[in-house]
Amino acid sequence: MPETDQMILRVEDLAVHFPLGGGLLGGKRRTVHAVDGVDLHLRKGECLGLVGESGCGKSTLALSILGLQAPTRGRVLLDGVDIAAPGVDRKARARIVQMVFQDPYSSLNPRQTVRRTLEDPLRLHGITDKSEVDGRIEEMLRHVGLRPEQAARYPHEFSGGQRQRIGIARALILKPKIVVLDEPVSALDVSIRAQIINLLLELKETMELSYIMISHDLGVVEHMSDRVAVMYLGRIVETGGWHSIFTAPRHPYTRALIAAIPDPFGERPGVKISGELPNPLEPPSGCRFHPRCPEVRDICRKPPTPPLGEIAREHEVRCLRAAELA
Amino acid sequence: MKFRANLVIGGALFATVVVAGALAPFLAHTDPVMDANLMNAEVAPGSEFWFGTDAQGRDIYSRVLYGARISLTVGIVSQLINTVIGVCLGLSAAYWGGWWDDFVSGLTNLMLAIPSLIFALAIMAILTPGLTSLLIALGLTNWSYTCRLSRASALSLKGQGYVQAAKVLGYGDIRIMLTQILPNILGPIIVIGTLGMGGAVLAEASLSFLGLGIRPPFPSWGSMLSDARDQITTAPWISIFPGLAIFMTVLGLNLLGDGLRDILDPQSRARTA
Repeated sequence: MPETDQMILRVEDLAVHFPLGGGLLGGKRRTVHAVDGVDLHLRKGECLGLVGESGCGKSTLALSILGLQAPTRGRVLLDGVDIAAPGVDRKARARIVQMVFQDPYSSLNPRQTVRRTLEDPLRLHGITDKSEVDGRIEEMLRHVGLRPEQAARYPHEFSGGQRQRIGIARALILKPKIVVLDEPVSALDVSIRAQIINLLLELKETMELSYIMISHDLGVVEHMSDRVAVMYLGRIVETGGWHSIFTAPRHPYTRALIAAIPDPFGERPGVKISGELPNPLEPPSGCRFHPRCPEVRDICRKPPTPPLGEIAREHEVRCLRAAELA
Repeated sequence: MKFRANLVIGGALFATVVVAGALAPFLAHTDPVMDANLMNAEVAPGSEFWFGTDAQGRDIYSRVLYGARISLTVGIVSQLINTVIGVCLGLSAAYWGGWWDDFVSGLTNLMLAIPSLIFALAIMAILTPGLTSLLIALGLTNWSYTCRLSRASALSLKGQGYVQAAKVLGYGDIRIMLTQILPNILGPIIVIGTLGMGGAVLAEASLSFLGLGIRPPFPSWGSMLSDARDQITTAPWISIFPGLAIFMTVLGLNLLGDGLRDILDPQSRARTA
């Protein structure tokens, strides 16, 4: 376990289950285990990359951290306080955790000027002094590379990259400690992705932020993250420092993900996995990855699901064959 | 912007009715209620009585002008009540979901299944006839379309990033509905509100025609038509002019609603952009 003094956020055994069917007219009630027992920690000033394919539960996990999705089980501890508990004040949480959304086109209210988008949260949180509001907005706009006079405009007057800057400004206006980045650049043109990534990295230093970044673009994760957690079917299958995940991935799923990064020089060993993500209503027995795993053996199919095992300092893998696959 | 015939004509018709109602005391030739004179009964339209007189010898022109006040009051106020009820229910049902949504949707379907005029009739039968009762009866029976529309529109916006962002920023539910969702669904609500106003004018006329709305001798277009039934062959002008007034008002409101839809509907805006 890493030193706890720099720890800013700690997710303990978090699970989010969605009941399906079994409504008024009956039918068998089944449960989707979208997130199924996740442990995570985030240190101050760190960027944690959360990767996995669509439907692996990474977005649900993020929503729980933000308080938008009540967890079925587990806790999200911030300075020892559970911020995912149902009784937590929305406003108090808002001053700690914020979010940058994926789609800059739908994440800004088309009927509000940039100024109102930034002003309303400040007023809601008790900052009503006109000069202070003006000062905070102007400072924030400069931070994200916009001109203060652009505040009078509506979202449709901006480009995608500029809109994402506004979205970042909105997330940071309350000076949070943690920002959840949900695919922050995947909806942007490739030509402006780098600008936004660099802006985010710069802001992390100047505003002393910690990031949780959700992405399926491993190129971005490789560039931004200090640590990486790989999720598969609601569980973390491998977690470790950026370097160990990208240079020495141990779990076959991580290997396959990394092999899938376009590699013009062909330096990485290729691993291919076939098939689709299994039905989350009926997850496979034993290791959940076994139906698609190129390294599968008979023991992998037998329950229970293997635990996360530490194979090096700060490098954990959920694989029975982790030692053999080194 | 291109010339929009329906908006201009509808607006002009509606404005005419509004002006006529507002300026009725100045434009009218006689008092619509008091100036009955049996010596002048059933006089055909002419220079003295522009629209003729009715069986009691009252000037129809003056009565039609004053009738605009009642029709417009009923149309606008009852539709406002409907819109407020419909938007509150629809918006909150979409936003909160769960049992509240089930309840509101069920209630809406129930309201849609009952012919609204019959429902209004039933309410009027319980209450004493009069303007206030009419406003209540028509204001409580026609919100289902607005409710459905605002629920559907709000549902499509609920998942948008900016609504999520407002939650993350600590906004309360009511504040999110009012500042984030409502402004973005206002366009279709205005359109359906305008169209519904025409319907309310017609409903008022129908109820008054059936004797359950505005009571004689006060001039409502519906009650004037009702009074004119016996003379429809002998003195058709008694029914023609209030009928034309209803026709003009409802046509104007419908054209106006259509025109507003062309402007406010995002899809049609995308087409012309």
